[in-house]
Amino acid sequence: MKKLLALLMALALVFSFAACAGNEEETTAAADETTAVSDTTAASEEGTSDETGSKTIRMSTTTSVNDSGLLPAILPVFEQKTGYKVEVQSAGTGAAIQKAKDGNADLILVHSKASEEAFVDEGYGVERIPFMFNYFVVVGPKDDPAGIKDSENAAAAFKKISSSQQKFISRGDESGTHKAELKIWGDTAPDAANDKWYVSAGAGMGACLTMANEQKAYCLTDKATFLANKESLPELDIILAEGEDMKNTYSVIECDAEKLPGVNTAGAKALIDWLLSDEADALIAKYGEEQYGQALFTVIED
Amino acid sequence: MLLSMDKELIQIIGVTLKMSFFSTLISCLIGMPLGVLIEKGSFFGRGLLKKLSSTLMGLPPVVAGLIVYMLFTRYGIFGSLGLLFTVEVMIVAQVMLITPVVLCLTSSVVSVSGNPLKETARGLGLKRGRTLSLFLIHNRRALLSVVLTAFGRSIAEVGAVSLVGGNIQWKTRVMTTAILLETNKGKFTFALALGIVLLIISLIVNVSASLLSKGGKDSDKM
Repeated sequence: MKKLLALLMALALVFSFAACAGNEEETTAAADETTAVSDTTAASEEGTSDETGSKTIRMSTTTSVNDSGLLPAILPVFEQKTGYKVEVQSAGTGAAIQKAKDGNADLILVHSKASEEAFVDEGYGVERIPFMFNYFVVVGPKDDPAGIKDSENAAAAFKKISSSQQKFISRGDESGTHKAELKIWGDTAPDAANDKWYVSAGAGMGACLTMANEQKAYCLTDKATFLANKESLPELDIILAEGEDMKNTYSVIECDAEKLPGVNTAGAKALIDWLLSDEADALIAKYGEEQYGQALFTVIED
Repeated sequence: MLLSMDKELIQIIGVTLKMSFFSTLISCLIGMPLGVLIEKGSFFGRGLLKKLSSTLMGLPPVVAGLIVYMLFTRYGIFGSLGLLFTVEVMIVAQVMLITPVVLCLTSSVVSVSGNPLKETARGLGLKRGRTLSLFLIHNRRALLSVVLTAFGRSIAEVGAVSLVGGNIQWKTRVMTTAILLETNKGKFTFALALGIVLLIISLIVNVSASLLSKGGKDSDKM
Protein backbone atom coordinates (compact mmCIF):
# COMPACT_ATOMS: atom_id res chain seq x y z
CA MET A 1 0.00 0.00 0.00
CA LYS A 2 2.74 2.43 1.02
CA LYS A 3 4.75 1.53 -2.04
CA LEU A 4 1.80 2.29 -4.24
CA LEU A 5 1.37 5.64 -2.55
CA ALA A 6 5.02 6.50 -3.05
CA LEU A 7 4.78 5.56 -6.67
CA LEU A 8 1.74 7.77 -7.11
CA MET A 9 3.50 10.69 -5.44
CA ALA A 10 6.49 10.23 -7.72
CA LEU A 11 4.23 10.18 -10.74
CA ALA A 12 2.43 13.30 -9.59
CA LEU A 13 5.76 15.07 -9.15
CA VAL A 14 6.92 14.11 -12.61
CA PHE A 15 3.66 15.34 -14.08
CA SER A 16 3.75 18.64 -12.27
CA PHE A 17 7.31 19.23 -13.47
CA ALA A 18 6.32 18.40 -16.98
CA ALA A 19 3.34 20.71 -16.68
CA CYS A 20 5.53 23.54 -15.41
CA ALA A 21 7.98 23.10 -18.21
CA GLY A 22 5.15 23.06 -20.73
CA ASN A 23 3.69 26.20 -19.25
CA GLU A 24 6.99 27.98 -19.37
CA GLU A 25 7.41 27.21 -23.02
CA GLU A 26 3.91 28.42 -23.66
CA THR A 27 4.40 31.63 -21.77
CA THR A 28 7.58 32.46 -23.60
CA ALA A 29 5.90 31.71 -26.89
CA ALA A 30 2.95 33.89 -25.87
CA ALA A 31 5.32 36.66 -24.82
CA ASP A 32 7.06 36.46 -28.16
CA GLU A 33 3.70 36.70 -29.85
CA THR A 34 2.67 39.74 -27.86
CA THR A 35 5.86 41.56 -28.75
CA ALA A 36 5.31 40.62 -32.35
CA VAL A 37 1.72 41.88 -32.22
CA SER A 38 2.69 45.13 -30.52
CA ASP A 39 5.36 45.58 -33.18
CA THR A 40 2.86 45.27 -35.96
CA THR A 41 0.31 47.51 -34.23
CA ALA A 42 3.02 50.08 -33.69
CA ALA A 43 3.90 49.82 -37.34
CA SER A 44 0.32 50.20 -38.50
CA GLU A 45 -0.20 53.11 -36.15
CA GLU A 46 2.81 54.82 -37.63
CA GLY A 47 1.48 54.17 -41.10
CA THR A 48 -1.82 55.90 -40.37
CA SER A 49 -0.65 58.48 -37.87
CA ASP A 50 -2.15 61.30 -39.94
CA GLU A 51 -5.64 59.90 -39.23
CA THR A 52 -6.98 60.79 -35.81
CA GLY A 53 -8.86 58.50 -33.47
CA SER A 54 -8.90 54.87 -32.56
CA LYS A 55 -8.69 51.94 -34.91
CA THR A 56 -11.64 50.25 -33.21
CA ILE A 57 -15.20 50.78 -34.40
CA ARG A 58 -18.05 49.76 -32.11
CA MET A 59 -21.15 48.75 -34.01
CA SER A 60 -24.41 48.09 -32.19
CA THR A 61 -26.71 46.05 -34.37
CA THR A 62 -29.72 43.82 -34.46
CA THR A 63 -29.45 40.06 -34.28
CA SER A 64 -30.73 39.39 -37.80
CA VAL A 65 -27.77 40.90 -39.65
CA ASN A 66 -25.17 39.39 -37.37
CA ASP A 67 -26.64 35.95 -36.65
CA SER A 68 -27.58 35.42 -40.29
CA GLY A 69 -23.86 35.57 -40.97
CA LEU A 70 -23.94 38.71 -43.15
CA LEU A 71 -21.64 40.88 -41.05
CA PRO A 72 -19.12 38.12 -40.30
CA ALA A 73 -19.01 37.50 -44.05
CA ILE A 74 -18.47 41.05 -45.28
CA LEU A 75 -16.73 42.95 -42.46
CA PRO A 76 -13.34 41.20 -42.77
CA VAL A 77 -13.03 42.75 -46.25
CA PHE A 78 -13.47 46.21 -44.76
CA GLU A 79 -11.11 45.45 -41.89
CA GLN A 80 -8.38 44.21 -44.19
CA LYS A 81 -8.69 47.15 -46.49
CA THR A 82 -8.67 49.89 -43.86
CA GLY A 83 -6.95 48.39 -40.84
CA TYR A 84 -9.97 49.15 -38.67
CA LYS A 85 -11.25 46.54 -36.23
CA VAL A 86 -15.04 46.35 -36.01
CA GLU A 87 -16.52 45.16 -32.71
CA VAL A 88 -20.07 44.00 -33.35
CA GLN A 89 -22.54 43.81 -30.48
CA SER A 90 -25.83 42.27 -31.50
CA ALA A 91 -29.11 42.49 -29.59
CA GLY A 92 -32.75 43.25 -30.32
CA THR A 93 -33.27 46.67 -31.95
CA GLY A 94 -34.55 48.17 -28.67
CA ALA A 95 -31.43 47.17 -26.76
CA ALA A 96 -29.14 47.95 -29.70
CA ILE A 97 -30.39 51.53 -29.76
CA GLN A 98 -30.27 51.87 -25.97
CA LYS A 99 -26.63 50.75 -25.93
CA ALA A 100 -25.79 53.46 -28.43
CA LYS A 101 -27.70 56.05 -26.36
CA ASP A 102 -25.58 55.03 -23.38
CA GLY A 103 -22.47 55.90 -25.38
CA ASN A 104 -21.37 52.33 -26.05
CA ALA A 105 -21.34 52.42 -29.84
CA ASP A 106 -20.02 54.47 -32.74
CA LEU A 107 -22.76 53.54 -35.18
CA ILE A 108 -25.94 51.48 -35.26
CA LEU A 109 -27.35 49.19 -37.92
CA VAL A 110 -30.99 48.42 -37.14
CA HIS A 111 -34.40 47.94 -38.74
CA SER A 112 -37.13 49.92 -37.05
CA LYS A 113 -37.94 53.17 -38.82
CA ALA A 114 -39.85 54.87 -36.01
CA SER A 115 -37.17 54.16 -33.37
CA GLU A 116 -34.43 55.21 -35.79
CA GLU A 117 -36.10 58.52 -36.52
CA ALA A 118 -36.56 59.12 -32.79
CA PHE A 119 -32.86 58.32 -32.29
CA VAL A 120 -31.89 60.98 -34.82
CA ASP A 121 -34.50 63.51 -33.61
CA GLU A 122 -33.27 63.23 -30.03
CA GLY A 123 -29.82 64.19 -31.26
CA TYR A 124 -28.11 60.84 -30.73
CA GLY A 125 -27.72 60.07 -34.42
CA VAL A 126 -26.43 62.18 -37.28
CA GLU A 127 -28.50 60.88 -40.18
CA ARG A 128 -30.60 57.81 -40.93
CA ILE A 129 -29.33 56.11 -44.08
CA PRO A 130 -31.49 53.21 -45.35
CA PHE A 131 -29.17 51.00 -47.38
CA MET A 132 -30.64 47.52 -47.77
CA PHE A 133 -33.88 45.61 -47.31
CA ASN A 134 -35.40 42.18 -47.34
CA TYR A 135 -38.83 40.78 -46.66
CA PHE A 136 -40.31 39.41 -43.50
CA VAL A 137 -41.96 36.08 -44.07
CA VAL A 138 -44.80 34.35 -42.25
CA VAL A 139 -43.72 30.83 -41.36
CA GLY A 140 -46.08 28.20 -40.06
CA PRO A 141 -47.00 24.51 -39.93
CA LYS A 142 -46.52 22.85 -43.32
CA ASP A 143 -50.23 22.01 -43.70
CA ASP A 144 -51.18 25.69 -43.14
CA PRO A 145 -54.21 25.10 -40.83
CA ALA A 146 -55.34 28.74 -41.03
CA GLY A 147 -55.23 28.71 -44.83
CA ILE A 148 -53.19 31.87 -45.28
CA LYS A 149 -51.14 30.70 -48.23
CA ASP A 150 -52.89 32.82 -50.87
CA SER A 151 -53.40 35.89 -48.71
CA GLU A 152 -52.80 39.20 -50.43
CA ASN A 153 -50.57 40.52 -47.67
CA ALA A 154 -49.53 39.87 -44.08
CA ALA A 155 -52.42 41.85 -42.63
CA ALA A 156 -54.94 39.61 -44.40
CA ALA A 157 -53.02 36.52 -43.31
CA PHE A 158 -52.96 37.69 -39.69
CA LYS A 159 -56.74 38.21 -39.79
CA LYS A 160 -57.22 34.61 -40.87
CA ILE A 161 -54.90 33.35 -38.13
CA SER A 162 -56.81 35.42 -35.61
CA SER A 163 -60.28 34.30 -36.72
CA SER A 164 -59.29 30.63 -36.81
CA GLN A 165 -57.47 31.06 -33.47
CA GLN A 166 -54.40 29.21 -34.67
CA LYS A 167 -51.36 29.55 -32.44
CA PHE A 168 -49.12 32.53 -33.20
CA ILE A 169 -45.76 33.19 -31.55
CA SER A 170 -44.89 36.84 -31.08
CA ARG A 171 -41.40 38.09 -30.23
CA GLY A 172 -42.86 40.36 -27.55
CA ASP A 173 -39.46 41.96 -26.93
CA GLU A 174 -39.83 45.33 -28.69
CA SER A 175 -37.33 44.29 -31.32
CA GLY A 176 -37.57 45.54 -34.90
CA THR A 177 -39.41 42.36 -35.89
CA HIS A 178 -41.83 42.72 -32.98
CA LYS A 179 -42.57 46.32 -33.94
CA ALA A 180 -43.11 45.28 -37.55
CA GLU A 181 -45.52 42.59 -36.37
CA LEU A 182 -47.47 45.06 -34.24
CA LYS A 183 -47.70 47.40 -37.21
CA ILE A 184 -49.20 44.63 -39.33
CA TRP A 185 -51.78 43.80 -36.65
CA GLY A 186 -52.69 47.49 -36.45
CA ASP A 187 -55.87 48.00 -34.42
CA THR A 188 -56.63 44.31 -34.35
CA ALA A 189 -53.62 43.43 -32.18
CA PRO A 190 -54.54 40.46 -29.99
CA ASP A 191 -54.35 40.70 -26.22
CA ALA A 192 -51.89 38.13 -24.87
CA ALA A 193 -53.68 38.11 -21.52
CA ASN A 194 -56.97 36.82 -22.93
CA ASP A 195 -56.30 35.37 -26.36
CA LYS A 196 -54.70 32.04 -25.51
CA TRP A 197 -53.68 31.38 -29.12
CA TYR A 198 -51.45 34.47 -29.14
CA VAL A 199 -48.17 33.67 -27.38
CA SER A 200 -45.92 36.57 -26.39
CA ALA A 201 -42.61 34.80 -25.97
CA GLY A 202 -40.33 37.67 -25.00
CA ALA A 203 -37.39 36.00 -26.71
CA GLY A 204 -35.05 36.28 -29.67
CA MET A 205 -35.92 35.21 -33.21
CA GLY A 206 -34.20 31.82 -32.94
CA ALA A 207 -35.96 30.93 -29.68
CA CYS A 208 -39.34 32.01 -31.10
CA LEU A 209 -38.87 29.88 -34.21
CA THR A 210 -37.96 26.88 -32.05
CA MET A 211 -41.11 27.48 -30.06
CA ALA A 212 -43.23 27.78 -33.20
CA ASN A 213 -41.78 24.50 -34.43
CA GLU A 214 -42.53 22.85 -31.08
CA GLN A 215 -46.12 24.11 -30.86
CA LYS A 216 -46.93 24.04 -34.58
CA ALA A 217 -47.58 27.75 -34.58
CA TYR A 218 -47.28 30.66 -37.00
CA CYS A 219 -44.55 33.25 -36.59
CA LEU A 220 -43.37 36.41 -38.35
CA THR A 221 -39.64 36.24 -38.98
CA ASP A 222 -36.94 37.75 -41.11
CA LYS A 223 -36.12 35.39 -43.92
CA ALA A 224 -32.41 35.24 -43.12
CA THR A 225 -32.82 33.86 -39.61
CA PHE A 226 -35.39 31.30 -40.77
CA LEU A 227 -33.19 29.99 -43.57
CA ALA A 228 -30.16 29.89 -41.29
CA ASN A 229 -32.08 27.71 -38.79
CA LYS A 230 -34.23 25.75 -41.19
CA GLU A 231 -32.60 22.40 -40.52
CA SER A 232 -33.74 22.37 -36.91
CA LEU A 233 -37.29 23.48 -37.82
CA PRO A 234 -38.79 20.46 -39.60
CA GLU A 235 -42.43 21.39 -38.86
CA LEU A 236 -42.22 24.84 -40.39
CA ASP A 237 -42.28 26.25 -43.89
CA ILE A 238 -42.46 29.72 -45.37
CA ILE A 239 -46.21 30.08 -45.91
CA LEU A 240 -46.39 33.70 -47.03
CA ALA A 241 -43.58 35.79 -48.52
CA GLU A 242 -43.25 39.24 -50.04
CA GLY A 243 -46.46 41.04 -49.19
CA GLU A 244 -46.18 44.81 -49.63
CA ASP A 245 -46.54 45.25 -45.86
CA MET A 246 -43.66 42.88 -45.13
CA LYS A 247 -40.75 44.96 -46.35
CA ASN A 248 -37.93 45.15 -43.83
CA THR A 249 -35.53 48.05 -44.29
CA TYR A 250 -32.16 48.24 -42.61
CA SER A 251 -30.44 51.57 -41.93
CA VAL A 252 -27.10 52.71 -40.62
CA ILE A 253 -26.81 55.74 -38.36
CA GLU A 254 -23.61 57.39 -37.20
CA CYS A 255 -23.74 58.31 -33.51
CA ASP A 256 -23.43 62.02 -32.88
CA ALA A 257 -20.13 62.80 -31.17
CA GLU A 258 -21.50 66.12 -29.89
CA LYS A 259 -24.18 64.39 -27.86
CA LEU A 260 -22.16 61.26 -27.12
CA PRO A 261 -18.51 62.15 -26.40
CA GLY A 262 -16.04 59.41 -27.20
CA VAL A 263 -17.68 58.35 -30.43
CA ASN A 264 -15.16 57.34 -33.07
CA THR A 265 -16.57 59.60 -35.77
CA ALA A 266 -13.83 58.92 -38.30
CA GLY A 267 -14.26 55.17 -37.93
CA ALA A 268 -18.07 55.33 -38.12
CA LYS A 269 -17.90 57.49 -41.26
CA ALA A 270 -15.37 55.16 -42.88
CA LEU A 271 -17.54 52.11 -42.22
CA ILE A 272 -20.73 53.79 -43.45
CA ASP A 273 -18.97 55.00 -46.61
CA TRP A 274 -17.78 51.48 -47.22
CA LEU A 275 -21.23 49.94 -46.61
CA LEU A 276 -22.61 52.29 -49.28
CA SER A 277 -19.79 51.56 -51.71
CA ASP A 278 -20.12 49.38 -54.81
CA GLU A 279 -17.76 46.85 -53.29
CA ALA A 280 -19.99 46.29 -50.24
CA ASP A 281 -23.13 46.40 -52.40
CA ALA A 282 -21.83 43.52 -54.47
CA LEU A 283 -20.93 41.49 -51.38
CA ILE A 284 -24.34 42.09 -49.77
CA ALA A 285 -26.27 41.30 -52.95
CA LYS A 286 -24.39 38.05 -53.31
CA TYR A 287 -24.61 36.97 -49.68
CA GLY A 288 -26.66 33.82 -49.10
CA GLU A 289 -26.57 32.48 -52.67
CA GLU A 290 -23.89 29.99 -51.84
CA GLN A 291 -25.31 28.81 -48.54
CA TYR A 292 -29.08 29.10 -48.99
CA GLY A 293 -29.45 29.17 -52.75
CA GLN A 294 -30.91 32.69 -52.67
CA ALA A 295 -29.82 36.19 -51.76
CA LEU A 296 -31.00 37.30 -48.31
CA PHE A 297 -30.72 41.06 -48.65
CA THR A 298 -31.33 43.54 -51.48
CA VAL A 299 -29.25 46.69 -51.70
CA ILE A 300 -31.09 50.00 -52.01
CA GLU A 301 -29.67 51.78 -55.07
CA ASP A 302 -28.75 55.38 -54.50
CA MET B 1 -42.81 53.01 -12.99
CA LEU B 2 -43.57 49.58 -11.60
CA LEU B 3 -47.17 50.56 -10.87
CA SER B 4 -47.97 50.81 -14.56
CA MET B 5 -47.67 47.06 -15.01
CA ASP B 6 -49.38 46.24 -11.73
CA LYS B 7 -51.62 43.44 -12.89
CA GLU B 8 -48.97 41.73 -14.95
CA LEU B 9 -46.30 42.15 -12.28
CA ILE B 10 -48.53 40.48 -9.69
CA GLN B 11 -49.18 37.63 -12.10
CA ILE B 12 -45.41 37.23 -12.71
CA ILE B 13 -44.70 37.24 -8.97
CA GLY B 14 -47.44 34.62 -8.55
CA VAL B 15 -45.87 32.31 -11.14
CA THR B 16 -42.42 32.88 -9.62
CA LEU B 17 -43.58 31.95 -6.12
CA LYS B 18 -45.56 28.95 -7.35
CA MET B 19 -42.56 27.63 -9.28
CA SER B 20 -40.07 28.24 -6.47
CA PHE B 21 -42.37 26.82 -3.78
CA PHE B 22 -43.14 23.56 -5.54
CA SER B 23 -39.61 22.98 -6.78
CA THR B 24 -38.27 23.58 -3.26
CA LEU B 25 -40.90 21.30 -1.76
CA ILE B 26 -40.25 18.43 -4.16
CA SER B 27 -36.46 18.81 -3.94
CA CYS B 28 -36.63 18.68 -0.15
CA LEU B 29 -38.92 15.65 -0.18
CA ILE B 30 -36.40 13.83 -2.38
CA GLY B 31 -33.13 15.35 -1.20
CA MET B 32 -33.54 15.37 2.59
CA PRO B 33 -34.29 11.67 3.11
CA LEU B 34 -31.56 10.79 0.63
CA GLY B 35 -29.13 13.10 2.43
CA VAL B 36 -29.81 11.34 5.74
CA LEU B 37 -29.56 7.92 4.09
CA ILE B 38 -26.27 8.72 2.42
CA GLU B 39 -24.70 9.78 5.68
CA LYS B 40 -26.21 7.15 7.99
CA GLY B 41 -27.17 4.23 5.83
CA SER B 42 -24.82 1.59 4.53
CA PHE B 43 -25.70 0.43 1.08
CA PHE B 44 -23.95 -0.35 -2.14
CA GLY B 45 -22.84 2.66 -4.16
CA ARG B 46 -23.20 5.08 -1.26
CA GLY B 47 -19.83 6.72 -1.84
CA LEU B 48 -20.52 7.01 -5.53
CA LEU B 49 -23.91 8.62 -4.91
CA LYS B 50 -22.27 11.12 -2.58
CA LYS B 51 -19.65 12.05 -5.16
CA LEU B 52 -22.29 12.19 -7.86
CA SER B 53 -24.51 14.56 -5.93
CA SER B 54 -21.66 16.91 -5.06
CA THR B 55 -20.65 16.89 -8.72
CA LEU B 56 -24.23 17.64 -9.75
CA MET B 57 -24.21 20.69 -7.47
CA GLY B 58 -22.02 22.24 -10.13
CA LEU B 59 -24.40 21.38 -12.97
CA PRO B 60 -24.83 24.52 -15.07
CA PRO B 61 -28.52 25.49 -15.08
CA VAL B 62 -28.56 25.79 -18.86
CA VAL B 63 -27.42 22.18 -19.16
CA ALA B 64 -30.15 21.02 -16.78
CA GLY B 65 -32.61 23.03 -18.85
CA LEU B 66 -31.28 21.49 -22.03
CA ILE B 67 -31.67 17.94 -20.70
CA VAL B 68 -35.24 18.62 -19.60
CA TYR B 69 -35.93 20.32 -22.94
CA MET B 70 -34.68 17.27 -24.84
CA LEU B 71 -36.89 15.01 -22.72
CA PHE B 72 -40.06 17.06 -23.21
CA THR B 73 -39.61 18.31 -26.76
CA ARG B 74 -42.10 17.14 -29.37
CA TYR B 75 -39.85 14.24 -30.34
CA GLY B 76 -38.55 13.58 -26.82
CA ILE B 77 -39.47 10.68 -24.54
CA PHE B 78 -42.16 12.68 -22.74
CA GLY B 79 -43.04 14.80 -25.76
CA SER B 80 -46.54 13.38 -26.00
CA LEU B 81 -47.42 14.95 -22.64
CA GLY B 82 -47.22 18.38 -24.26
CA LEU B 83 -45.66 19.86 -21.14
CA LEU B 84 -42.95 21.97 -22.76
CA PHE B 85 -43.36 25.70 -22.03
CA THR B 86 -45.44 25.13 -18.91
CA VAL B 87 -44.77 25.92 -15.27
CA GLU B 88 -44.78 22.17 -14.52
CA VAL B 89 -41.78 21.49 -16.71
CA MET B 90 -39.97 24.48 -15.20
CA ILE B 91 -40.45 22.82 -11.82
CA VAL B 92 -38.98 19.59 -13.21
CA ALA B 93 -35.84 21.43 -14.35
CA GLN B 94 -35.56 23.22 -11.01
CA VAL B 95 -35.92 19.97 -9.06
CA MET B 96 -33.08 18.55 -11.10
CA LEU B 97 -30.91 21.53 -10.18
CA ILE B 98 -31.79 21.92 -6.53
CA THR B 99 -32.11 18.32 -5.31
CA PRO B 100 -28.31 17.74 -5.30
CA VAL B 101 -27.88 20.93 -3.29
CA VAL B 102 -30.49 19.85 -0.73
CA LEU B 103 -28.95 16.39 -0.56
CA CYS B 104 -25.41 17.61 0.05
CA LEU B 105 -26.38 20.25 2.58
CA THR B 106 -28.59 17.79 4.48
CA SER B 107 -25.87 15.21 4.60
CA SER B 108 -23.43 17.75 6.02
CA VAL B 109 -25.98 18.70 8.69
CA VAL B 110 -26.28 15.01 9.56
CA SER B 111 -22.54 14.48 9.65
CA VAL B 112 -22.08 17.33 12.11
CA SER B 113 -24.81 16.52 14.60
CA GLY B 114 -25.82 13.01 13.70
CA ASN B 115 -23.46 10.90 15.82
CA PRO B 116 -23.84 12.48 19.26
CA LEU B 117 -27.56 12.57 18.63
CA LYS B 118 -27.67 8.93 17.75
CA GLU B 119 -25.78 8.03 20.91
CA THR B 120 -28.19 10.05 23.01
CA ALA B 121 -31.12 8.41 21.28
CA ARG B 122 -29.62 4.97 21.85
CA GLY B 123 -29.01 5.90 25.47
CA LEU B 124 -32.64 6.83 25.83
CA GLY B 125 -33.63 3.64 24.05
CA LEU B 126 -35.49 5.45 21.25
CA LYS B 127 -36.60 3.66 18.13
CA ARG B 128 -35.60 4.72 14.64
CA GLY B 129 -38.65 6.81 13.94
CA ARG B 130 -38.28 8.68 17.21
CA THR B 131 -34.59 9.18 16.54
CA LEU B 132 -35.45 10.74 13.20
CA SER B 133 -38.00 13.11 14.69
CA LEU B 134 -35.51 14.03 17.43
CA PHE B 135 -33.00 14.78 14.66
CA LEU B 136 -35.50 16.92 12.79
CA ILE B 137 -36.46 18.96 15.86
CA HIS B 138 -32.87 19.31 16.99
CA ASN B 139 -31.67 20.54 13.61
CA ARG B 140 -34.67 22.48 12.39
CA ARG B 141 -32.64 25.72 12.15
CA ALA B 142 -29.98 24.10 9.99
CA LEU B 143 -32.59 22.30 7.91
CA LEU B 144 -34.57 25.50 7.47
CA SER B 145 -31.49 27.14 6.04
CA VAL B 146 -31.21 24.21 3.65
CA VAL B 147 -34.78 24.87 2.55
CA LEU B 148 -34.09 28.59 2.18
CA THR B 149 -30.95 27.96 0.17
CA ALA B 150 -32.96 25.73 -2.15
CA PHE B 151 -35.66 28.37 -2.44
CA GLY B 152 -33.06 31.04 -3.11
CA ARG B 153 -31.47 29.01 -5.89
CA SER B 154 -34.86 28.36 -7.39
CA ILE B 155 -36.13 31.94 -7.37
CA ALA B 156 -32.87 33.33 -8.77
CA GLU B 157 -32.45 30.85 -11.61
CA VAL B 158 -32.81 32.06 -15.18
CA GLY B 159 -31.01 29.84 -17.71
CA ALA B 160 -33.01 26.66 -17.29
CA VAL B 161 -36.43 28.23 -16.80
CA SER B 162 -36.15 30.49 -19.82
CA LEU B 163 -35.20 27.51 -21.96
CA VAL B 164 -37.93 25.09 -20.87
CA GLY B 165 -40.52 27.69 -19.82
CA GLY B 166 -40.07 29.94 -22.83
CA ASN B 167 -40.73 33.19 -20.93
CA ILE B 168 -44.32 33.30 -22.23
CA GLN B 169 -46.26 36.35 -21.12
CA TRP B 170 -49.18 35.58 -18.75
CA LYS B 171 -48.07 31.96 -18.56
CA THR B 172 -44.46 31.07 -17.81
CA ARG B 173 -42.81 34.44 -17.35
CA VAL B 174 -41.08 34.67 -13.97
CA MET B 175 -39.16 37.51 -12.34
CA THR B 176 -35.75 36.50 -13.67
CA THR B 177 -36.87 35.97 -17.25
CA ALA B 178 -38.83 39.24 -17.10
CA ILE B 179 -35.61 40.97 -16.00
CA LEU B 180 -33.74 39.34 -18.86
CA LEU B 181 -36.42 40.45 -21.33
CA GLU B 182 -36.38 44.06 -20.12
CA THR B 183 -32.58 44.01 -20.40
CA ASN B 184 -32.87 42.75 -23.97
CA LYS B 185 -35.36 45.50 -24.71
CA GLY B 186 -32.77 48.01 -23.54
CA LYS B 187 -34.87 49.10 -20.55
CA PHE B 188 -32.02 48.74 -18.13
CA THR B 189 -33.49 50.88 -15.33
CA PHE B 190 -36.77 49.01 -15.37
CA ALA B 191 -34.91 45.71 -15.34
CA LEU B 192 -32.99 46.86 -12.29
CA ALA B 193 -36.23 47.90 -10.59
CA LEU B 194 -37.60 44.38 -11.19
CA GLY B 195 -34.38 43.00 -9.70
CA ILE B 196 -35.02 45.00 -6.54
CA VAL B 197 -38.58 43.64 -6.39
CA LEU B 198 -37.12 40.13 -6.60
CA LEU B 199 -34.75 40.88 -3.73
CA ILE B 200 -37.62 42.21 -1.62
CA ILE B 201 -39.59 39.01 -2.25
CA SER B 202 -36.58 36.97 -1.13
CA LEU B 203 -36.26 39.12 1.96
CA ILE B 204 -39.92 38.63 2.88
CA VAL B 205 -39.64 34.87 2.46
CA ASN B 206 -36.48 34.73 4.56
CA VAL B 207 -37.85 36.89 7.35
CA SER B 208 -41.12 34.98 7.57
CA ALA B 209 -39.26 31.69 7.59
CA SER B 210 -37.06 32.75 10.48
CA LEU B 211 -40.11 34.05 12.35
CA LEU B 212 -41.75 30.66 11.83
CA SER B 213 -38.74 28.88 13.21
CA LYS B 214 -38.82 31.07 16.31
CA GLY B 215 -42.48 30.22 16.71
CA GLY B 216 -41.47 26.58 16.64
CA LYS B 217 -38.99 27.19 19.43
CA ASP B 218 -41.68 28.64 21.66
CA SER B 219 -43.95 25.69 21.18
CA ASP B 220 -41.07 23.42 22.20
CA LYS B 221 -40.87 25.07 25.57
CA MET B 222 -44.49 24.37 26.38
